[in-house]
Parts: sequence; structure tokens; C-alpha cells
Amino acid sequence: MYQQPDNKGFYGEFGGQFVPETLMYAVKELTQTYEEAKKDPEFQETLDYYLKQYVGRETPLYYADNLTKHLGGAKIYLKREDLNHTGAHKINNAIGQVLLAKRMGKNKIVAETGAGQHGVATATAAALFGMECIIFMGEVDVKRQELNVFRMELLGAKVESVVSGSRTLKDAVNEALRYWVATVEDTHYVLGSALGPHPFPEIVRDFQSVIGTEAKQQYLEVEGKLPEVALACVGGGSNSIGLFYPFINDKDVRLIGVEAAGKGLDTEEHAASITKGDVGVLHGSKMHLLQDDDGQVLEAFSISAGLDYPGIGPEHSHLYTSGRAEYKTITDEEALEGFHLLSRTEGIIPALESSHAIAYAMKLAKEMSPEESILICLSGRGDKDVQQIKERMAQE
Amino acid sequence: MKSLTRVLQQKKDNGNKLFIPYIMAGANGLERLAHEIEMLAESGASAIELGVPFSDPVADGPVIQLAGIHSRERGTTLKKIIAFLKEFNSPIPLILMGYFNSFLHYGLEGLVEDLSSTDVKGVIIPDLPYEHREMFLDPAKESDIAFIQLVTLTSSDERIDQLVSEAEGFIYAVTINGTTGINRDYQDNLYQHLQKITEKSPIPVLAGFGVSKPEHVQIFNNYCDGVIIGSCIVQSLAQNGIDETQELIETLFA
Repeated sequence: MYQQPDNKGFYGEFGGQFVPETLMYAVKELTQTYEEAKKDPEFQETLDYYLKQYVGRETPLYYADNLTKHLGGAKIYLKREDLNHTGAHKINNAIGQVLLAKRMGKNKIVAETGAGQHGVATATAAALFGMECIIFMGEVDVKRQELNVFRMELLGAKVESVVSGSRTLKDAVNEALRYWVATVEDTHYVLGSALGPHPFPEIVRDFQSVIGTEAKQQYLEVEGKLPEVALACVGGGSNSIGLFYPFINDKDVRLIGVEAAGKGLDTEEHAASITKGDVGVLHGSKMHLLQDDDGQVLEAFSISAGLDYPGIGPEHSHLYTSGRAEYKTITDEEALEGFHLLSRTEGIIPALESSHAIAYAMKLAKEMSPEESILICLSGRGDKDVQQIKERMAQE
Repeated sequence: MKSLTRVLQQKKDNGNKLFIPYIMAGANGLERLAHEIEMLAESGASAIELGVPFSDPVADGPVIQLAGIHSRERGTTLKKIIAFLKEFNSPIPLILMGYFNSFLHYGLEGLVEDLSSTDVKGVIIPDLPYEHREMFLDPAKESDIAFIQLVTLTSSDERIDQLVSEAEGFIYAVTINGTTGINRDYQDNLYQHLQKITEKSPIPVLAGFGVSKPEHVQIFNNYCDGVIIGSCIVQSLAQNGIDETQELIETLFA
């Protein structure tokens, strides 16, 4: 029986709490609060209420008949996280963590965001529960995700543009951590992916595992068995761990995470932390990391702002080294093909992140039989990306 | 007892206040580092913290971040720092301060072995907390390298007891909730907090983070065994050079 993390917050050799002493108080407080909340039926009822009545769960499991016919092979099912309020899976975790912040008596929220989906989700949850909210976002992402910046501001959040380093998600995390160190006594850091010091990877996994739990039940109802493959894109890894977790003990289900290969694995412009990285420590956690010979963390690259992070959640590192999950890569160009194909065949414009999963399914489906299925987490919708795609198409 | 603990304790027992400056190794070129260390030793430093540049220094403020960027731009790596230290005889003990990934990537056993043939007598790893201390302590067990613990304003009484009971070298008492840097406001309960740590600790306690004015030095010396000064020295070394930094230090301790 799979039981991770251990009592020190490790998934095999990955995870832990590698944070400055000032933050140890906060991560311990959060650990204790979460342990209590997990067992508290009232907390779970409140969370379920907001997930159902506010977020719009459960989300459908959609059989993509047109895409299936087009690809010719395995059946494709889409878990429609794009239909959540705010347009992505990120809201599942944001609502949960803001409820935890309330439970700890904290009324201020800090978060970081890459594509802006986690920022929008956090700003939404903060508005709902009347909390002050500050979001750190790399300057590059502020420009490419202008619409989401405006949405966060409409929701009452303050967006801080980060100009250090690569000016993307990694640097936004650094600044959010610095801000948290200075305000730790009244501020909760809503970490958006299955990353960071324990208990964050566990909390994010648990709040996101509603994806896999629902999908498993829905799939069983339709097909009377489990899918052959569960597939999702991986940046930090929150939608994928949310999909994978309820299937971990079902050994016949292949779990496949798709990393962003950006401009190609033979270039330096990619975000394939497992495929091309090695083990290191960043932002509180031991995990696979893109780094140079001196242990300096490298800048990641992907067309998709949400996958543009040089590390991967520690549980994914563990699932990889233990052989339970496989990790593949998809380039920007391939992801764009997935983006266009799903838009045209099914009338669903996917987020660029999710387009990586679609693109890998395009390869995999053909190798499988029509009796088999691929369950894909469609983590978010592509509204946020259409301007970027439009500009790119205009240049071509 | 590790030699760093002994050296600092002796100074304290002789009635001296301790002073540990922090500088970023290689920020002004590794070729100038020897002169910077010699100047700091002449200025009365009891030991020197040498920063190892890292791409993501989450515990540091803008001055040290920038020094790290300059150091990396000049091609400084941990390997080059250690190669320099193997050739250099420091007049006072050195302490390496860096983020855990730098050391982990170098290899902890190899690091301890290589540092043992230098004047490095301690390490500070701000993102390796008490909970994971064995990751460094185990390979360093037989060495003379002290693992220096940070105690902060958010450390509970029970935790302070744990931290000081196993501490080596000195206790690094962090004076603010925040990152390193100049011009910080101190909380009202800080002095009581420092006094509590000093009373509990069997080894010297030094206050650090934001110490940049003579009045800071005076007041912290009343509550602790000395001070750690980083950002204002780092900034001065970058902008004004070695001689003027020596003058700055004289005014801080005047």
C-alpha cells in the first residue's frame, strides 16, 4: 500500500523542509493545522460545499469521440478541469488553502504565479473569504499573461512584477518566499503546485486528488473498468499528481506525466526537470532540478508559462525513481499542434499546459487498441493563451 | 569541542566582544579576496563568513543577491573558492555560508574532506534546518568543521533549547523576520529575545541581519557576545574598495 510522505515529509529520498529557520515555525504550524483539518468533518464539509456550489464540481468526464476517431486508436477521455470556476484546476487547491489560512487565524495571503491561473484562483479565494492578497509574478509572465494580471487586480489582489533572474515563475517563487519570511506571523503562503517544503506537496496533492477520485469513479461508471493510461502535463506537477494519486495502487494503470521540451531537449530552452535534470534542493524541497555543474539552478523555458519551472514536485521525483510513473516530453511545436487539434475536433480550446498532454496522446493513441483508453487531465482552458497564439500565428 | 567554538569562547572569556563580517566570495574577483580577508582580520574580525554565490538566495536581501550575481558573472564557483582556500593561509578562521544545493551538488563528503585542508572552520547553511541537520553533521562528524545554527524570532522557547544544546561554533541570532539587508526596523521584543538566547546558550551568541550602524553594534553588544555585519560591508567593498571599507568598520566600532 502506497503511503507517502513519511513523518519528515519525504517521498522516498525526495521532499523535506529545506527552509530558513524563520519559516520553520510556519511550516510546522501548517503541518499541525492540516493534520487536524484532515480529520475534521466540518472542514471537509465546508471544502466540499465550496467545491460543489462555488467551483462547480464535479467536472465532467468527456469522451472525445471526434478526437478519438481522428487519431485512430485508444479512446480519449478528458477530465474537464477547464470547466471549473476561474478556468483551471488551480481553484481546488486555492479554496482549500485559504480555508486552512482562516483556520490558522491568518488574514493575509501571498502567492506566486506563472501562467496566472494560480494567481487568479488565489485572488478569487482571497476575495471570497475577505483576505488581503499579494501575488508575485515574473515580469516576462506579466507581459505574456496580461489578461490574467488584470483579472487578479479586478479581484482586489496586488500583483508584484518580479524583475530578478529569468523574470518567470522561479523568481516569483523566490520573491514570494522572501515576502513570506518577513510577514510570516500573519500571512499564509498559498503555494500553487505540488512543490515547496513539507507539508505543501502533500496538501496540494490532497486538494487536487479530487480530480483523480472523480475521474476514476466516472470512468468506472462508463467503462466498468479502469483506464489503461492516466495522462497529464507536468510543470511543478499539481494537476498530474491530483490525477495520479488515486490510481497509484492500481498497478495496471500507466501513469504518464508530460514535461515541456520547449525548443527541444538538445537545446538549453526546455523545462524537462526529470528527463534532463538531476537531484537537487530548491524552494524547500529535494527534487529533480535543472542545474549546471556548479549546482546553480538553470532557467527553464516553455511556450507555456505554467510549465516554465526548473524543478518538479518531490512526489513525482519519487514516482519516477520508483518506476511507478513515466515521464515523457513534448516540444512547443508539438504542444501547439495539440492545441489546434483539440480546438478544431472538439470545440475545446485548451490551455497551452494541457496541450502538452493532448500532444502526447496524439502519439500514444495510435500505438494502442480501440478497446483501450487514455484518461487525460485537461487542466485548464486556453482563453489566457489565445492572444499569445494569435501573435505567434501572425509572425509565421 | 570544535576549534571555532574554542577560539570564539576564549575571546569572549578574555572580555572581548566578537565581530564576524560577511563577504561574498568572488564578488570583486577571487584575486582580491585575499586582500579583503586580510583587511577584515586587521580590522578586528574574530572570524569571517565567506558567502558562496547561488542562483536563488531566498534568505538574502538585494545587496547580497547582487553581490552573488556579480560573483557568478566573474565565473566564481564553489570549486574555485575551495581551490583558492587551499592555497591561502587565513590569519583568522573562515566560515563558509551557502545554500544547501551548492554543497549537496559538490558532494557533502568530498566537501568536508576538501575543506579540512583549508582554514574553513565552520559552515552556515540557512536552508538546512535543525530537522535535517544530520545531512551535514554525519559527514562532518570526524572533522573540525562546526555546523552553525540560526536562531530566529520565530523560534519557540522549546526550539531554542534544542538549537543551543547541540550548537557548535556560535549561535547566529537573527534579529528580524526577513532577509539580510540594511536599514531594518527592529521589533520591540528583540532585546528580550536576544537576552534569552544568550542566557540559554553555552557558546557565544552573535546578532546578525540588518546590523549597519554604530548604535546597532553598541546595543547588540549589550545583549549578545558580538555582531555579524554583512550587507553594509558587501556594499562598501563593491562601491568603495578595501581601504574605505576598513574606515567604515572603524566608524562602526568607534
